[in-house]
Amino acid sequence: MAILFVQVVALATQVKRPEGGTGSAASGGTRLIRVWTVTAISPFERALVASGSFVRRNFHNYIDLHDARQQNRQLQDEIAQLKLEQVRLRQDAEQAKRLRSLLGFTQRYFGQLLPAQVIGTSGTEQSHMIQIDKGSSSGVKVDMPVITPDGIVGKVKDVFPFTSLVLLINDRDSGAGVILQTSRLQGVLRGNPQGELHVGDIMSDEKIDDGEEVITSGGDRIYPKGLPVGTVSHVSPDHDNEPFLAVKVKPAADLSRLEEVLVVTKVAQETPQQTGQAANVRAADILSERLPSVPKPEETKKAGAAKTTAPAVPSPTPSAPGTSGTKPAANPPAPPAALKTATPASTTKTGSAPKPVVNTEQKAAHPPGSTAASQKTAPPTGASPANAGSAGTNPKPKASPTPPKKPKAPAVAASPTPAQGTSTDSGQTKPTDAEKPPR
Amino acid sequence: MNYAAVSLTSREEIEVHRFSWPVSLGIPLLAIFIQVFFPLRLPFLSIFDLPLLVTIFFAVARRRPIPGMITGALIGTVQDAWTSLPIGVNGIAKTIIGFLASSLGVKLDVDNPGSRFLMTFTFYLVHRVIYVVIVLALVGGNEPFSWGHTLVAALANALLSVVLFAGLDKFKQRM
Repeated sequence: MAILFVQVVALATQVKRPEGGTGSAASGGTRLIRVWTVTAISPFERALVASGSFVRRNFHNYIDLHDARQQNRQLQDEIAQLKLEQVRLRQDAEQAKRLRSLLGFTQRYFGQLLPAQVIGTSGTEQSHMIQIDKGSSSGVKVDMPVITPDGIVGKVKDVFPFTSLVLLINDRDSGAGVILQTSRLQGVLRGNPQGELHVGDIMSDEKIDDGEEVITSGGDRIYPKGLPVGTVSHVSPDHDNEPFLAVKVKPAADLSRLEEVLVVTKVAQETPQQTGQAANVRAADILSERLPSVPKPEETKKAGAAKTTAPAVPSPTPSAPGTSGTKPAANPPAPPAALKTATPASTTKTGSAPKPVVNTEQKAAHPPGSTAASQKTAPPTGASPANAGSAGTNPKPKASPTPPKKPKAPAVAASPTPAQGTSTDSGQTKPTDAEKPPR
Repeated sequence: MNYAAVSLTSREEIEVHRFSWPVSLGIPLLAIFIQVFFPLRLPFLSIFDLPLLVTIFFAVARRRPIPGMITGALIGTVQDAWTSLPIGVNGIAKTIIGFLASSLGVKLDVDNPGSRFLMTFTFYLVHRVIYVVIVLALVGGNEPFSWGHTLVAALANALLSVVLFAGLDKFKQRM
């Protein structure tokens, strides 16, 4: 009876403490038991997993040689497709980055990922946990998110020196904030004793289709936003919780067959700094950059002529101010005129408030004494040397529009360039987005 | 050789056995190791409760309630360390099973496969009921109880116990 009494008291202590809000302290008194147990058994698990991996790897190395040639060909094809995809995604990412900086969004992303091998489970059907071979010695801490490339897995619950216990998202004690990707409905993802995932707190009048993807919302402050969670597999009225829906989710990661996972040991968080350039770039300008347009024949001719006389024209780099700002979409292959030439304007110390792009860039690119000369050399129709080269005679978008960082402009046109470089608000003299190759 | 005061068994059937320290320590640890490791590759193996089977085996073989309870408490507590539940849920359940199994071992023949099958089947159900009661009443959690799944699991564990106990009999030492 004494044995039972002691256990009941110990159990009561553990159950009481989380109510005080110290969830991690709940295991304080019994942590020693967990540490001893895990320390005693985990070395055998690690050894067995390591030897098993060694044998399996060698076996697979031999087997894989049979299909290596064909597989290589398939992978090369796949790489080619992925490269194309990457170009498109890079453009979208750049645009998203600019828009985020414009809106002042706070970003959270993975600062550091720690690969870990799964070496054990809870061993019971009632508890869904796994044990990984990385612990506090590797920098793992409680509540760190654990993911796979397919989707989220869970969070670290207990940390020991060389191992950690991870609470899977399908455990009944687990929870995560999620968003349904298409309908943008937010809810809380919970596990149940059967190991199934459900999204709660969604009203029954909402329409949710099967197969809709579920991603993390970031609201739980554990999982970064946008990670795949799974797909909706079944939607039905929740009879236990009447006004709400019971949304069953199939996890993206195969939680029953995890072998390797990634522990997010560092989640970076930052609010993008609005650089002088970004502050003055309008969303409409960014979008106009993506719109297709056909260069006018007149501009093409002028551009070609301007290029032939380029040596005589001082400094093609700062471009003809006032020209590109007036017709931003005139030369689609070239960098967006407004964006590109807005750089000096945005970096001038004329004030942080957005100003008309044309006026400010004219101020910046034409300091006193150089205005007249610049206007003489640059035609006012957008056929600046820089733009002309890119739009008219050089079809390759990457070659022409990139302005040299240190223009070797003699005589008259040399003046705008230093003014452009020295008057930055943010102190950045390196090329900004507007100076990068066009999309 | 010890004799129970009131027994339905013959002299051979109420033999009290003991185990060496390495076996007493190693078998439960091995059972827990297998329990937490193999479901990693074969998830369906989590239907078996090897720590429970080992608890029953040691309690029945020793035929003394106090060692049976201690064995159950230690094995259950170690098993709890791997779960997300508070430590003590399996400990209490297996303590009670250890007590019942050692008490039953004094009165019944528990060395033939048929009785082992029935005994394990029954103890698994009792263990499950105790477990659910503890989770609901003491922990305040939510523990669904499916009779169908529980009966299948009890059957699987009972079948395994017949094989397992026959193997573990080799470690018995007569007192």
